[in-house]
Amino acid sequence: MQLPPALHARLAAGPGAAEPLPVERNPAAGAAPFRFAARLVHFPREHEFFEDGDVQRHLYLQDLFTRVAVEPEKPRVPEFTCQVAGCCQVFDTLEDYEHHYHTLHRNMCSFCKRAFPSGHLLDIHILEWHDSLFQILSERQDMYQCLVEGCTEKFKTSKDRKDHLVRCHLYPADFRFDKPKKSRGPATPIATLQVPADALGDDREQSEGDAMEVCSEHVAPRTEPMAERPTYSHRIPSTICFGQGVSRGFKSTKKRSKHQ
Amino acid sequence: MWNRRHGRLRTVGCGMEELRRRRREREAELRKARREQQLVSKRLLRDDTPEEAEGGCVALILGEAEIQQFLWLAQRGTGEKEREGALVSLRRGLQHPETQQTFIRLKGSMRTLVGLLTSNQALLQLEAARCLHELSHSEQSAVAEACLPATSYLLTYLAGHSSDLIELCLYTLGNLIVESESVRRQLLPQGIVPALASCIQSPHLTVLEALGYALSQLLQAKEAPKKIIPSASACSSVLSTPLPQHMLRLLQPGPKLNPGVAVEFAWCLHYIICSQVNNALLITHGAVSTLGLLLLYLAGAVQRSEDAGLELLLCPVLRCLSNLLTEAAGGQVQLRDERVVVSLFIILQFLLQKQPSLLPEGLWLLNNLTANSPGFCTSLLSLDLIEPLLQLLPVSNVVSVLVLTVLCNVAEKGPAYCWRLWPGPLLPSLLDMLAFSDTEVVGQSLELLQLLFLYRPEAVQAFLQQSGLQALKRHEEEAQLQDRVHALQQTALHR
Repeated sequence: MQLPPALHARLAAGPGAAEPLPVERNPAAGAAPFRFAARLVHFPREHEFFEDGDVQRHLYLQDLFTRVAVEPEKPRVPEFTCQVAGCCQVFDTLEDYEHHYHTLHRNMCSFCKRAFPSGHLLDIHILEWHDSLFQILSERQDMYQCLVEGCTEKFKTSKDRKDHLVRCHLYPADFRFDKPKKSRGPATPIATLQVPADALGDDREQSEGDAMEVCSEHVAPRTEPMAERPTYSHRIPSTICFGQGVSRGFKSTKKRSKHQ
Repeated sequence: MWNRRHGRLRTVGCGMEELRRRRREREAELRKARREQQLVSKRLLRDDTPEEAEGGCVALILGEAEIQQFLWLAQRGTGEKEREGALVSLRRGLQHPETQQTFIRLKGSMRTLVGLLTSNQALLQLEAARCLHELSHSEQSAVAEACLPATSYLLTYLAGHSSDLIELCLYTLGNLIVESESVRRQLLPQGIVPALASCIQSPHLTVLEALGYALSQLLQAKEAPKKIIPSASACSSVLSTPLPQHMLRLLQPGPKLNPGVAVEFAWCLHYIICSQVNNALLITHGAVSTLGLLLLYLAGAVQRSEDAGLELLLCPVLRCLSNLLTEAAGGQVQLRDERVVVSLFIILQFLLQKQPSLLPEGLWLLNNLTANSPGFCTSLLSLDLIEPLLQLLPVSNVVSVLVLTVLCNVAEKGPAYCWRLWPGPLLPSLLDMLAFSDTEVVGQSLELLQLLFLYRPEAVQAFLQQSGLQALKRHEEEAQLQDRVHALQQTALHR
């Protein structure tokens, strides 16, 4: 296929179009036995016209085994500890640290030191557990927000919300970020470091992963967790931070984004 | 981006011939699957560490006891290294289908794995996510479906901040999505669409590519036009989220365009547009002009023969534009620049050399561009593009019919257009076409001849001189052609 040489120059030049030639149709055109008429054609997704392109798309999807943007070996750095006060985790690659930081220190409740997977869940947690107004308001109106981002439903009790989560959103009944408030649990909320892998029979005590359940059952005023601290500090896992400044209370800390 | 790695992985122990054979086999399988409407694919994200680079062959088959041991160690091991190590061993084992089967039959195993996924130990969590990803990639439905208890967590972590974890969750979800409609019936109420929508603002290219993959898997579903795309059904549909605007943003040409990301979203757009749910909305967001500019950009890249993976964008972009042009909502109005036609020809030339099987898709766009547009038809003539177009005639019957249709689009605009078609190479090419035996090809040639004779009677004389009547005679007996053949014979003889 030989393209006119001027064509490439035309692509480089600015937008525009030739003045259209006058259109002048004769009714005899396309009259029987002829049938041509200029037509716009739409093809639906299953049309066989798309077979070749679709097959190539799937060859592309399957053919590849690993990513090509060859990720350089994680550069090793001298071992260092997490800088967040109270956290003593040690790292030898920056990636591991970054992942650790994002997972554990990014969305953390400043009252009970729980880490949450998302800002949305943290906000809900703070509201429900540490905001004294919440209790008062929740007696008058539905205050328990649905945990699913994008769903705006609110409920009178956390139980109603759980029912909603299970029924409408098909969430598991034991969703770990929505443990029901227990009536007066043991005073060792954030203690065990054991992974919440309760599967193999150990269902007694949830770990810090199960954030919502674990903080103390009553609405804790700001000082209370502090007061309790000494009683269980010997069981505080190394990954949990009690320092100031990294965890989130009511104030927003959307400042950090240098890792991105 | 993801790319073919002909190099390291596949040439180990087998020659080029073997590779080609395997590819042909795979292609035949895919073709068959498509005809049965079963065309689904999954992706496997694995770290390219040296010890794993040899592929699946290092995977050891693990027995029940070993799996149990690794899970126990992952939970209770002393020290983080030991626990992480146990999960790494488990993950390697899970690369093997037999271990996968054993794993899902083992009572409580998935529950433990989900527990580890939600643990507060960041690296343990990542490793657990990798285990799930291996399972999600399984060809056995039972294995992939065993991952269902994890989906609410995978979706929750999409709102997190660790790009590695988000990427893994997205590829895992993308694999699970295509497993069955019942999987999607769980993911949709769990809020997969809003979760993906909030992810699309991520600054990480790896996350965006994974997101595009997951979304394209979702949009490919048979039920997508009714249940996933529509904008009427509240929060759980794609068109009611900001996804379309962001997809178009990620397809804007320029130095920021990332081929890997753009390919995924271009396919997403194709699945949306060909479903014709609410294309007017996309047009309002500027889809036609964005795609038009992208076409110019691709032509530029193809012309410079840059090997950046941009050619993978051609197919979905051609489709999107072409289908959008059929919308009454004014797809045409936004596309006036004749450089679109120029780009398309540069792309056609590229396809002819590299991917002839996609030529029909390019010509389909040319048809939709020229059908109702005197402007583009004039550009074809003024830019001397008729001859290159005619050079495509011998490629295949499908291509011939499309080329002839485009030429008819030009010719039917009247005498001013046909005046430019004759004299020229058109008539000899048409006579060559009459020697073909394919009814459709010949039929379309007859249509074009009729238009040409009608608007440019002088061409009849030349037709007669070049033994046109004999050529017509060949098709006199053909039921679907004879009426038109007779009509043309009459026209020619009574001039």
